[in-house]
Amino acid sequence: MNLSEEEKQIFCEVIADNDVSRESGAWQGEDERASPVATGASDAARETSFRLSAPKGAYNFRVNGKSVGRKSTANIDIKTKQKKSGLDIYIKPGTKNETVHIPVAISATGLKEAVYNDFYIGDNSKVTIIAGCGIYNCGDQDSVHDGIHRFYVGKNAKIKYIEKHYGFGRGGGGKILNPTTEVYLEKDSEATLELEQIKGVDSTIRKTTAELEDNAKLMVKERLFTHGRQSAESLYEINLNGKDSTADLASRSIARDLSKQTFKATIIGNNKCRGHSECDAIIMDDAAVHAIPALNAKTKDAELIHEAAIGKLASDQINKLMTLGLTKKEAESRIINGFLN
Amino acid sequence: MFEIKNISYEVSGGSRKKVLDSISLKIKGGSLIVITGTNGSGKSTLAQIIMGIKRPSEGQILLDKTDITNKTITERANFGLAFSFQQPVKLKGIKVYDLISIARGELVSEKEASKYLKQVGLNPDEYLLREINDKLSGGELKRIEIASVLARDAKIMIFDEPEAGIDLWSFENLTKVFKKLKAENRTLIIISHQDRILKIADEIIVLNDGKIKSHGTPAKILPKITGGKL
Repeated sequence: MNLSEEEKQIFCEVIADNDVSRESGAWQGEDERASPVATGASDAARETSFRLSAPKGAYNFRVNGKSVGRKSTANIDIKTKQKKSGLDIYIKPGTKNETVHIPVAISATGLKEAVYNDFYIGDNSKVTIIAGCGIYNCGDQDSVHDGIHRFYVGKNAKIKYIEKHYGFGRGGGGKILNPTTEVYLEKDSEATLELEQIKGVDSTIRKTTAELEDNAKLMVKERLFTHGRQSAESLYEINLNGKDSTADLASRSIARDLSKQTFKATIIGNNKCRGHSECDAIIMDDAAVHAIPALNAKTKDAELIHEAAIGKLASDQINKLMTLGLTKKEAESRIINGFLN
Repeated sequence: MFEIKNISYEVSGGSRKKVLDSISLKIKGGSLIVITGTNGSGKSTLAQIIMGIKRPSEGQILLDKTDITNKTITERANFGLAFSFQQPVKLKGIKVYDLISIARGELVSEKEASKYLKQVGLNPDEYLLREINDKLSGGELKRIEIASVLARDAKIMIFDEPEAGIDLWSFENLTKVFKKLKAENRTLIIISHQDRILKIADEIIVLNDGKIKSHGTPAKILPKITGGKL
């Protein structure tokens, strides 16, 4: 793949730091780079050389609206959609422990795209899907990526979906990412979603919906970090339709500077089911966080719980780490990193 | 030598109140000092002032003749002070192993980290990779807190009510750890009401209403406490 340094950097950011891509040799950074939150590393310092090699398993790398590298495997078939932009990804029944990487990079200022990726996951499969999008914008026009991912998870299949979003570049144009994730879980299936916004995304509206059949299970782990004047909305609607279906949604976020976040999670219990949502946010500086957890039980057998906590970085936590020899800044970084990990 | 000279601490709010009033103390290196007194007598405030968590309204703190009154918590930690909080904090996302490594200033081996957990009666296999969050009980958090302080290997260790939330077996074990640290010539300043800790002290300081009411060896002070004279 012939990629610019910025495009390589995006791919390293959005598909790195997860066990699967490490194991599969999906990327190799020049150095063992710590999280931007931990180091406060500048963009310039991070714009060193990035080496990227093709991951194992199926993949499609998309840059500025075009596929720049694709591989299907015996069990995973990636096809271009005919009527709109995006992919149809077919995973054969019984496929075990395989991965699909579908990262997206935008480095052209002013590019606006909506991409529809549909995943058809066969019965009894077990796969990991690594997506994620990064925008490098050094111009004055907004760059926008709307990624609409639909997962049709077959009976007794299990998926792990990892999505990271990242933006950088000093141009005045916005870096805007609006992901929509729809999950349809058939009987006895399971989905684990790890959704993370690392840094640098000016505006995002994240919509996640799920429909669960009997004994299906959904786990969502969301991590959001906003800074500057960024805004983020994270909206969930989870329908527990099947008997003994379960959902566990855990969102942790940090809002710094003048950034704003809204978290709205609605769990609807339409059957005997269990649902839990938890929103935990830390506010720093002059940021604002609005959490709206909602439960809608349509039968007495629906057991639904929500928890929401918003607070500042506690001084006693900082003091504790300072008594162990960290400076105030180091203590704050450590607490933030721990919280988001 | 550790010296506290005329330390006072005032709080405002309605009327000004002196929580500590001209406290002076000299603590010899390698000694075990227990500060006791009724609730609200100023014990924890004094401990926090020594560590730099609270700043005194007046007075000086000297460590080996160096004035550390205006030093930050971090600087004091690096001078060799360690502090165990009465109310341990939760640190979401940080594991017990991470906390021990932070305390040691480097990534430690599992074996080394386990050593500190065993000293406070925690099974390393069960706790080393546990997150320090609200799934841990108050007693578990307290023991992890103390383990992190032991891991500092500091010259002067301050423990604010180490007995709170700790079961009897672990407490017995902890008193042995205190004796061992003293034998290693560490200076220990312990805020406590516990009879067993008072008995192992070199000196007991009794605070009342922000002032030193009595000061002396256990032989001198304990009969007064049990006799209700303090």
